[in-house]
Amino acid sequence: MRLAKRFGRTRALEDVTFEVKDGEYLCVLGSTGSGKTTLLRLIAGIIKPDEGEIFMDDERVNEVPAEERNAVYVPQTYALFPHMTVLENVMFGPMARQTPAKEASEAAMRVLKLVRLDHRADAFPNELSGGMQQRVALARGLAPGFKLLLLDEPLGALDARLRLELRGELRRLAKESGLTVIHVTHDQEEAMTVADRILVLRMGRVQQHGTPFHVYNRPENIFVANFVGRTNFLEGIIEARNREKSTVNLRGNLSVNVADTSHEDEEDVIVAVREENTLLTSDDPGEGRNVLDGEVTQIYFLGAYIRLEVKLRNGDVVSSLMPTDILLGKFRVSDRVWVSFYPGSALVYDYPTLGLRHELEAY
Amino acid sequence: MAGIIHSFSVLMDNISSKSSAKKLVYAGAVFFLVAFILLPPILGISFKFNLVSDVLNNGELMARAEGAIFWSFAVALTIALFDLVAGLPMAWFIARSSSNWVSVIDALVDIPFVIPTVALGFSTLLFWTGSNSPIVFLGIRVAPGLALILLLHFAFSFPVIVRVMVGELLSYKGVYETAAKTLGARAFTVARTVTLPILRPALIAAFLLAFARSLSETGATIIVAGAFENGPVFIKNAKDAGLEGPMVLVSFTLILASIAVFALIRVLGTRLKIPVRSAYPRQEGALSSRRSVRLRDATTMVIFLLFVLIPSVFITFPAIEAATDGTLGRALSGVGIWSNYWQAMGLSYLIGVIATLINIAAGLPVAILIARRRLGKTLTTLLEAAVNVPIVVPSVALGVSLSFFWRSFSFLPEFWVLIFAHTTITYTYFVQAMAASLEGIPTEMEETARTLGSKPLNVFRRIIVPLTKYSIFSGAILTFTRSVDETGATTAVADQLKTAPVLLVSWVKHTVPATTSDIALGISFLVLTSFASLLVLRLLVYRRR
Repeated sequence: MRLAKRFGRTRALEDVTFEVKDGEYLCVLGSTGSGKTTLLRLIAGIIKPDEGEIFMDDERVNEVPAEERNAVYVPQTYALFPHMTVLENVMFGPMARQTPAKEASEAAMRVLKLVRLDHRADAFPNELSGGMQQRVALARGLAPGFKLLLLDEPLGALDARLRLELRGELRRLAKESGLTVIHVTHDQEEAMTVADRILVLRMGRVQQHGTPFHVYNRPENIFVANFVGRTNFLEGIIEARNREKSTVNLRGNLSVNVADTSHEDEEDVIVAVREENTLLTSDDPGEGRNVLDGEVTQIYFLGAYIRLEVKLRNGDVVSSLMPTDILLGKFRVSDRVWVSFYPGSALVYDYPTLGLRHELEAY
Repeated sequence: MAGIIHSFSVLMDNISSKSSAKKLVYAGAVFFLVAFILLPPILGISFKFNLVSDVLNNGELMARAEGAIFWSFAVALTIALFDLVAGLPMAWFIARSSSNWVSVIDALVDIPFVIPTVALGFSTLLFWTGSNSPIVFLGIRVAPGLALILLLHFAFSFPVIVRVMVGELLSYKGVYETAAKTLGARAFTVARTVTLPILRPALIAAFLLAFARSLSETGATIIVAGAFENGPVFIKNAKDAGLEGPMVLVSFTLILASIAVFALIRVLGTRLKIPVRSAYPRQEGALSSRRSVRLRDATTMVIFLLFVLIPSVFITFPAIEAATDGTLGRALSGVGIWSNYWQAMGLSYLIGVIATLINIAAGLPVAILIARRRLGKTLTTLLEAAVNVPIVVPSVALGVSLSFFWRSFSFLPEFWVLIFAHTTITYTYFVQAMAASLEGIPTEMEETARTLGSKPLNVFRRIIVPLTKYSIFSGAILTFTRSVDETGATTAVADQLKTAPVLLVSWVKHTVPATTSDIALGISFLVLTSFASLLVLRLLVYRRR
């Protein structure tokens, strides 16, 4: 609660408060330098907070050393002990807690079976592939029977294919073992896939804490909207509003309607629209949608989807993501098109004090 | 019994988890550093500073002292420069050549480094001045004096440069060179504009180490100095003549000046720019040709053989002769001067073992503090500087100061004065070796082990020690051999007791009647026992592996 940590003049964490329920899988999502790893190391007891308190099962643990917190830290590099075999690595935790060697070995073999590595028990870490090393690190974390697992970018060192495979495995293992997991990552797709809830961090401060659905569909600020998923941002001024909608004037005499009515008239705002919530057509679609016309500047083929970038009449650039089977061959660069979206799919934010560009770039 | 040991280790593990216990261990180690390593050299000299006035009023002594100090620095700077020029091509050859001879050359380069300097001094003396030397047979004879000191210092500082630069070149990422080559640069241009500028910190470090080694060397220098005096020789002569004032003045000046020169080179070194903006494709292309490289390698090898290797091992010939002319029998039966020799040898080894054990116990926590930056950036830098003081300061000057300090405790037996002096002199070697090794272990290993429930002492026992045991042994071996071979400081500290190197210097200087065969055999025993002890330790390490 209200955790703060500084390294010299750098504020790594500031006023961070959140709660994790027993058995929950929480992903801490943030870019490099956002304070994710610092947060994990504070919870593990490796470093101490400058301010704030940490509670585990309602007990304050600020002064409890790392070895007595019952919270296993798995760093991005796995930190497998190179002089020990896989079995010895996994036995380390139980043995450190005075478990007799026979019992420790049995416990280690049980978790090795769980991660399907019992047949490599006698191998040394450098004889294993990256994916296997990751599973050994996980097994080592499971073996002592602690209920809190702290994973620091656990899939960061693996190739894209293996990352996809192991995501599901991580969640399955955590749920089967009844573990509470705090998993740090910068990969929003990974966070959405494995987490029960997501905590978004930026420059050491919590930006949003909620379920993946909530964080994705109702981002509480421009940073989250931009960091989680791909969003178009349009600068504008509230021109008029009633109970159902607000009308926002964009640059170049363009205007759009939005369902949000919380902003005052004449207020500077940012209108945010997810790229998959936009429709691209070769003529005005009508049907009560906001319609903005422009010219196709870039086309990206992404396999199942195609992303098109459109330069609007006022100079703003928006992107649209649509299924390939609908869009394939329909548009070319320089084609004139209409970009449309429903008022209800647009979110409206206060205009940032330091400008939109700063808000989008300030990681 | 096993149960008691287990309970004891559990108890110690639990104690280690307490923050007060950790603080106590680290505070104790830092106290040892300050009280036993840092303060004695500083305070010792200050106790006798009033004696300096005797020298200031004596014009002749003053002129000798000034000359000696000047020549100490002049020789050290010249040697460091020459060694850098000659050692860099050798390091390049070892790190980059695909020749089958690389491993042999690599091993031979270390010879002047591993044999005691007193042996090196006598061997050099015999090679350049001895009647049986091939070089003298060819009509070249270098009389004891400045020239012979330069040749000697060149030989024993050479491996320092090569060893540092080989290590750096091997760990240097080849990707930069590959990138430069694919951009069209020839090998010489790549070396000048990419590799050497990146390795500049290592070049400065190698230069400083060679400089320090030359500045500090005493035992071998005394052997080849003749009537010439640099700082250490002057101090030795002043001690023999019972002149404490000159000893204090020269020691004090050497200590201050060497610290100042080190700081200056460190500061100026970072500003040293290697020109990288201009390229000379034709000339550097020619220098990169196969022929030029062969010529460079051949010149490097000739210099190495003639000025480093052969002078260093030349002592082997009179040593072999000693085995056949009856000297060996007298030596083994311990008659005459050999009785003192074996006592001195035993004393050297006993001091070496005790100093090493003290340094392991007191140095490990300091190495951890340095490697893990536990005290923050500024304090860690200060700690590192304090640890380095004993190797920056010339050993004989250090010895003079230590002698004054420890002898002020009149109840302290001379044996313990020697132990404390050797502990100070060898402290840096163990701490630096361990700190470097600990830095190589990712902190995540310790952190993860602790979050798995392991107490700090348990983490140390089960993770740190197994991963650094070879470094602990290497550090201990380095400390031990450095202690056994130490001459300069021991000369200054010793009064009644004599270690083997000090005794051998007195044999060479003919203060004790000894033949060339006696000296060669005595030195060979020292070398052989040093090698044997290294071998035993190494075998122990490998057997445990």
